[in-house]
Amino acid sequence: MENFASLLHGFGVALTTYHVMLMMVGVLLGILVGVLPGLGAPNGVSLLLPLTFTMDPVAAIILLTSMYWGALFGGSTTSILFNIPGEPSSVATTFDGYPMARQGQATQALTLAFLSAGFGALVGVILITVLSTWVAKFALRFSSPEYFAVYFLAFASFIGLGAASPFKTIVSMGLGFAFASVGMDTVSGGLRLTYGFNELLSGISFLIAVIGLFGIGELMLTMEEGLRFDGIRARVRIGDVFRTIATLPRYWVTLLRSSIIGCWMGITPGGPTAASFMSYGLAKRLSRRKEGFGQGEPEGVVAPETADHAAGSSAILPMLALGVPGSATAAVMMGGLMIWGLNPGPMLFVERPDFVWGLIASMYLGNIVAVLMVLATIPLFASILRIPFAIIGPVIVVVCFIGAYTVAGRPFDLWLALAFGVVGYLFKKLDYPIAPLVLAMVLGDKAEDAFRQSMIMSRGSLSIFWSNGLVATLMLIGLALAFGPLLSTALGRLVKPKASSAVA
Amino acid sequence: MLKKTSWLVATAVAVTFSGLAQADWKPTKPVEFVVTSAPGGGTDNFARVVQSIIAKHKLMEQSIVVTNKGGGSGAEGFIYTKVATGDSHKLTFGTNNAYLLPYVAKLAYKPDELTPVAAMALDEFLLWVKADAPYKDAKSYIEAVKAKPDTFKMGGSQSKDTDQTLTSLIQDATGAKFIYVPFQGGGAAGVQLAGGHIDSNTNNPNENAGQWKAGAVTPLCVFSPTRLQGSAKVTATMGWSDIPTCKEAGIPIDQFQMPRTVWLPGGVPAEAVAFYADVLKKVSETPEWKEYIERTSQTDKFLAGQDLKTFIAADDAKNRKVFEEEGWVVR
Repeated sequence: MENFASLLHGFGVALTTYHVMLMMVGVLLGILVGVLPGLGAPNGVSLLLPLTFTMDPVAAIILLTSMYWGALFGGSTTSILFNIPGEPSSVATTFDGYPMARQGQATQALTLAFLSAGFGALVGVILITVLSTWVAKFALRFSSPEYFAVYFLAFASFIGLGAASPFKTIVSMGLGFAFASVGMDTVSGGLRLTYGFNELLSGISFLIAVIGLFGIGELMLTMEEGLRFDGIRARVRIGDVFRTIATLPRYWVTLLRSSIIGCWMGITPGGPTAASFMSYGLAKRLSRRKEGFGQGEPEGVVAPETADHAAGSSAILPMLALGVPGSATAAVMMGGLMIWGLNPGPMLFVERPDFVWGLIASMYLGNIVAVLMVLATIPLFASILRIPFAIIGPVIVVVCFIGAYTVAGRPFDLWLALAFGVVGYLFKKLDYPIAPLVLAMVLGDKAEDAFRQSMIMSRGSLSIFWSNGLVATLMLIGLALAFGPLLSTALGRLVKPKASSAVA
Repeated sequence: MLKKTSWLVATAVAVTFSGLAQADWKPTKPVEFVVTSAPGGGTDNFARVVQSIIAKHKLMEQSIVVTNKGGGSGAEGFIYTKVATGDSHKLTFGTNNAYLLPYVAKLAYKPDELTPVAAMALDEFLLWVKADAPYKDAKSYIEAVKAKPDTFKMGGSQSKDTDQTLTSLIQDATGAKFIYVPFQGGGAAGVQLAGGHIDSNTNNPNENAGQWKAGAVTPLCVFSPTRLQGSAKVTATMGWSDIPTCKEAGIPIDQFQMPRTVWLPGGVPAEAVAFYADVLKKVSETPEWKEYIERTSQTDKFLAGQDLKTFIAADDAKNRKVFEEEGWVVR
């Protein structure tokens, strides 16, 4: 209960006109950088960082975190409207969000996305409030084998999903792993797959891949299909926003399940991207309307969005309590903390309770401000689809390339984005799924590092993945998810022995 | 070798005349600060603190733009600097990785293609164990490691970098044998130690200070010729100055420190080098800089000109010896 007293004190710190104004400015800037693919939250926050040097730490972190929330919301907007995820964590939102927009339900999709995102974020913050001490201790139990088990879980929950053949999924995932391994390798310190290109030293950014595969690939396809957006018929009515809000309670199971997955992945180092993919995968498996997924099922928007934001907000906790950033943006903010004269780590809660609880209180307020503000922008965004393709198409191309350039400020990335665009187009033509490639690019190198660190620790013995209750449980769940579909088919065939002969 | 010597001579001459030429050169457009680490890393902090001090005290008329080029352990930033030959508006921030990276990876730059400007601080390394481990001092820990070779895990940041070099030096000096586990950064190695997944690490003070205060980890000794500054107690019983040097504690390693360095591209006028060295010198005299040094428990040491050359040559030789023994040098 001590935490609640501190939280109330925190609200006292955060609830001033100045701070609320900062929140609104931050959220607005955040939406802006979130909507531009490639610019994204980490770049936006590091651009803003020098401005905060002269501010006091509480005001500064409120501005930066609000920008983070805004960017997370902005990232989903373009996923739904154009099939171009603004952030890797909103890739899963495109699966059903974009089909919804094509069917003229852009308003509904955006409303659902924002509301469920807000819900997920609030659950994440509540978790931080109530369990901060326990969670920080729990996170200490994670080492390389546990990390690997978490990543394995994320991959496993995604295998066997989607309409594409498992073979094509594996090909796509394998390519993703290959792209993820380009650059300097942490474990050996050597360079891999750079072929003497200086531009490849820092690896291939998954942001570039996302911009190319989704953005440019999608545009090529649209051009081939006749230069228009199908959402053009969509009529924007304010009433739709409110009607959609009323439907939200219908998805309470998905909301809860996705929040739990999100918080879990935010605290353990899976991160928002893994959370949204996993949540989408599980929602599809457990849904009664499996067939609808991928064709504009509202649940398919709710699930990844909730998990994405639950993970995004709960990832702040390891940063504050352990000094280990849970995401790229958190890493930038942590740098900020040090410049403002604060030392992130277990003592921050004790030494600077004003700062910590002011920040946590501002997470409640900031997310509420963010949800209200993005809901207000829905009519604006949804009407973008009414602009003729001849105008909006070239604008998207320009925005995509600006985004690709801002990732690291390298002209080489523009060519890379174009190449990924061609790959994305071919993938769609040949019916290969793109999502496994993105997931493998985001998590592949981390999973590889964790695996090889585990092997160094155990001196090459795989038994380290069964060495304690935590890692064994995670691995078992992962294996069950990976081979579950296979086993159930096999069992189904055993019941009808005649059909099984071909498989056996 | 001849090339290296001529480079030393050339810059030494340049620096000798720099005192006269100082007033002649000034940046004429915004200056880019190239940071050879990702946002949030130690080098990033270093560069941004310098940026904030220059802005606050108006030490430069032109504005500053910070860009992070941390790919390939920082090689991305150094290659970017090399390519910008003759451009006096790009200041690159790094550590000793500037001249050590090309030994361990085949990279498209050589250290003598960069112009050293200054070293502003020396970051310290300490030997840390978990707070509830049964070792009272460095000696008893090393004895325990020696008794069971290849079972104790030493964690560190990256591979074939400072932490692994130091681990190798400890092994040579004491005969102990560790399993070295590379993590993505010092922060991760610190948490792994606090969680008891590794047995020790060689983190910088800043990377473990929080865990130390919280009573999760404890320092055994510091790889510095003298004890650290700062008499204030960090925990109930100990402060930074209470930590023995490793030599005192029985590990015969005099000194292992990491300089925080600033570079310009090659082929820049000596006046420009002198201008920046002068600005950075002023930065290092501000109270904000002292505050940064104290907060991160680094050693305040400003080196420029000939002193810097001598330091780099010595540090380079010392590290290269380890790299050669370990067989890390790429050809």
